[in-house]
Amino acid sequence: MSRRHQNFRNYRQEQRLTQHRLIAAALFVLLMAIILMARLFYLQVIEHDLYQTKADDNRVMLVTEPPPRGLIYDRNDVILADNRPIHSLTITPERVDDFSQLKKQLSGIIEISDAEWEDFDDRRKEYRRPYQSLTLKSQLTDEEWAKVAVDLYRLDGVQVEAQLTRYYPYGEAFAHAVGYVGRITSKDLETVDRQAYQGALFIGKTGVEGYYEKTLFGEAGLSKVEVNARGRIMSELDRQNPTPGKDLHLFLDARLQQYAYDLLGDYTGSVVAIDPTTGGILALVSKPGYDPNLFVRGISYDDYNVLRQSKKLPLFNRALRGGYPPASTIKPFMALAGLEYGFASWTERYFAKGYYQINPDGRRYRDWKRTGHGWIDLERSIIESVDTYYYQLANKMGITPIHNFLTRFGFGQSNLLDLNGQSNGLLPSNEWKKAKYKEPWYPGDSVNVGIGQGFMVATPVQIASATSALASRGHYFYPRMTNTVGDDPAVFENGLGDEHDIVLKDQRNWERMVVAMRKVITDSHGTARRLQGTEYEIAGKTGTGQVFSLQEDQEYDADSLEKRLHDHALFIGFAPAKQPKISIFAIFENGGSSSKPADLSRALFDAYLYDDYPDRYDYLKGNKNEG
Amino acid sequence: MKDSIYRRALSFTNARLWKLVHIDILLIASLLLLIAGGLFILYSASGQDVEMVERQVFRLAVGLLVCLALAQLPPKYMRRSSPALFIFISVLLIGVLFFGVGAKGAQRWLALPGGLRFQPSEIMKIVMPMMIAWYFSDRQLPPSFKQILVVLGLIVLPVLLIAKQPDLGTSLLVAVSGIFVLFLAGLGWRYILGAAALAPIAGYTLWQFMHDYQRQRVLTFLNPESDPLGSGWNIIQSKTAIGSGGLYGKGFLEGTQAQLDFLPESHTDFIIAVLAEEFGMLGCGVLILAYLLVIARGLYISATAEDNYARLLAGSLTLTFFVYMFVNIGMVSGILPVVGVPLPLVSYGGTSIITIMATFGILMSIQTHKRAR
Repeated sequence: MSRRHQNFRNYRQEQRLTQHRLIAAALFVLLMAIILMARLFYLQVIEHDLYQTKADDNRVMLVTEPPPRGLIYDRNDVILADNRPIHSLTITPERVDDFSQLKKQLSGIIEISDAEWEDFDDRRKEYRRPYQSLTLKSQLTDEEWAKVAVDLYRLDGVQVEAQLTRYYPYGEAFAHAVGYVGRITSKDLETVDRQAYQGALFIGKTGVEGYYEKTLFGEAGLSKVEVNARGRIMSELDRQNPTPGKDLHLFLDARLQQYAYDLLGDYTGSVVAIDPTTGGILALVSKPGYDPNLFVRGISYDDYNVLRQSKKLPLFNRALRGGYPPASTIKPFMALAGLEYGFASWTERYFAKGYYQINPDGRRYRDWKRTGHGWIDLERSIIESVDTYYYQLANKMGITPIHNFLTRFGFGQSNLLDLNGQSNGLLPSNEWKKAKYKEPWYPGDSVNVGIGQGFMVATPVQIASATSALASRGHYFYPRMTNTVGDDPAVFENGLGDEHDIVLKDQRNWERMVVAMRKVITDSHGTARRLQGTEYEIAGKTGTGQVFSLQEDQEYDADSLEKRLHDHALFIGFAPAKQPKISIFAIFENGGSSSKPADLSRALFDAYLYDDYPDRYDYLKGNKNEG
Repeated sequence: MKDSIYRRALSFTNARLWKLVHIDILLIASLLLLIAGGLFILYSASGQDVEMVERQVFRLAVGLLVCLALAQLPPKYMRRSSPALFIFISVLLIGVLFFGVGAKGAQRWLALPGGLRFQPSEIMKIVMPMMIAWYFSDRQLPPSFKQILVVLGLIVLPVLLIAKQPDLGTSLLVAVSGIFVLFLAGLGWRYILGAAALAPIAGYTLWQFMHDYQRQRVLTFLNPESDPLGSGWNIIQSKTAIGSGGLYGKGFLEGTQAQLDFLPESHTDFIIAVLAEEFGMLGCGVLILAYLLVIARGLYISATAEDNYARLLAGSLTLTFFVYMFVNIGMVSGILPVVGVPLPLVSYGGTSIITIMATFGILMSIQTHKRAR
């Protein structure tokens, strides 16, 4: 212990010393209290608005309610794309503490594959709204649903959600026409309003589903809710109900579509049927198809691989994108072009040998008939499909008139109004060849184009719509899938316009051409004489498209060739010839003889015109045909 | 008749009876005001959990009993027992290092038989100023340089022990309570200014002693937005709660930050944010005023105390109580780092309620054992 000063201590002075210090401390306390109040003033008065906003951002969340998607009907009110309730096991990742634990728990209840978990984990890392549930397993069976429901209370963050999913009741025959919806990718979200698609399960990808996405989707409902810090919704502050998507009524006839699909048999190919009075597509078949339902909730890797690797290319939409040589089906148009520009007349006669040469010593362009057709005129060139006639005609015309005339029928352009992804085909021209091959257009090129071969490539939709224009005697409709949207007629906004007349210098040529095409069936030498004997009149034109080029003197022998090298078999036609109600283009890939598409067309005409389909198609009849 | 009732009522407040039972009516009244307000806020902050409020009431009642009991003990006994208590608690603090129990990586408690737990560092908040005040009680003020060094030595050891647990908040408060005695004893201003100059170095040294999570708190304090979902979350949400409250608040039970659980620890360390959100700056002002009332009374008791020991002890305890409040509100409103100091007498739970009430017991003892003048 240190020295003591007790004797000298001045207690009052010591007391005063501490009292002064207490006063200093009191002032310090006051100062600090003022600092606190100043801080509170800063936060609560000066920055109040900022923090008020932050507090509202915290608690107010916009929840999007996906609208029910519009349905897609055929012309007889058969539902081609339906909405169906399903139950899915969903997880809100934010409410799960321990995923490995949850995995263990769930595996004891229902079976969840590794792939489903992997898929879930992937999507968990993608962009998403916080507290939005993610589907782990969709389409629970009733048994699975019951099992999960029992244990739900002890599975934090897990719920069973009832959702509307898309369902295509008639599967593969309709896949290429109706299209499908699929899982929304981040790429999809770049083209749509993200907010609206929150909570949506899928988006239209192809076909009508893809083209009419906006219309079918409707408008998402928006509800403003108050949430707590864990994202639980406490109350609803404001609400805007969703507007359901509009229903589409297509021109498509489900029975015709299915029938055409079946009639193609084991062949790959395409059938496009159009109503010449409206431009409405009655059937749009590409075979093989695929089950569009596979895509709705995201197609599995295995399923997709099977489809992708199939040699028959089921995912390839032949009707829209298949580039085929139109072959002899181009002849009626070529003839009209010759008439239009004065290179041909109905009366002029021509001696058809078994081949055609541009120069006396030049290459021989062979006719399908080795012996030739003898003296013929234009009409007969159609009836018997005389190749040499069109060789010489095309050579006389050159490519430019051909190009200009065929353009008026929709060749070389994407002319279908309401489906995406149509190919332009190829209607060659001088300029095209120069740009593509840096070579001039040779007369030989024209000769090949004269019979719809060579550089010329067209899609089934293009050939069908051109045929439809013939049937309507030049009244041209851009082909279209959709008749009405909701209660209103479909309106198309792609600048092509709606309908117009193709006016020929001599309008009588339409009728004469129809007569010639009629004789293709009725004439004893007609290439489609097998279609005789109908109570109504069919007009048509056959075609066989070369898959590979024959050498000059080589004979085409179907039997010795592999099937994949067989010629494509084509047919265009319409009926009844006087007032056509339906025009058809059909192609059997490697079908060899044009009898197959001709027979198919006749079967379709029969069925469509008399509403007389085989009984097995009654399920596609729809309610408009009842009674 | 009327006159006599008034007189008797007045005589109640007037002294003798209260002095007899060693209750300082002004101090206890302002404390009860604070406590009542605190319970009111707690009801809202706990999500209207009546049971939680009841448990808090119970704890406060125990605290009040401790307070009243201590008030009966004359200050001279406290003075005499100070060194022994200091040594005892220091030994216990060493014991905590070896035998302590705790949670979340902190080792703060000693287990007692019967499942009870005991936190020596909490007692040190009172014992530290007692010890330093005792040291000065028979020495002439102001302290000499040598005495200052001795006192600093006395302060440093327990503070380091507590910091090691680790419990930064408590160790700071213990240090502060000792330093306040030194200040009130007349520590020369040149030392104070010198210390202020040396603060950066001290800060660096402290940084070296800090645990990662403590450093993180400081870093987060400096820039809460750097980690908005992690350690910055608390402070961002509390500032949002306070700021959105505005001048008059959103109304009782209407605070969205507090009621929807955006505000973390809303019933413990961050309870002032609930008040700020629901009653605005006005409510905070009233609360701070209630604290100042208590502190003013404490300082008055100190200033009028009879000897150096009582004077220094009362002053230090009062000022430490203020630091408590200041650090808490400062950290919740974002001007101080989050050090885990509860808002005294308002925050839910903790041993701190008992020790704080004990300090007021000591204050009342000092006030009510004065010889009548």
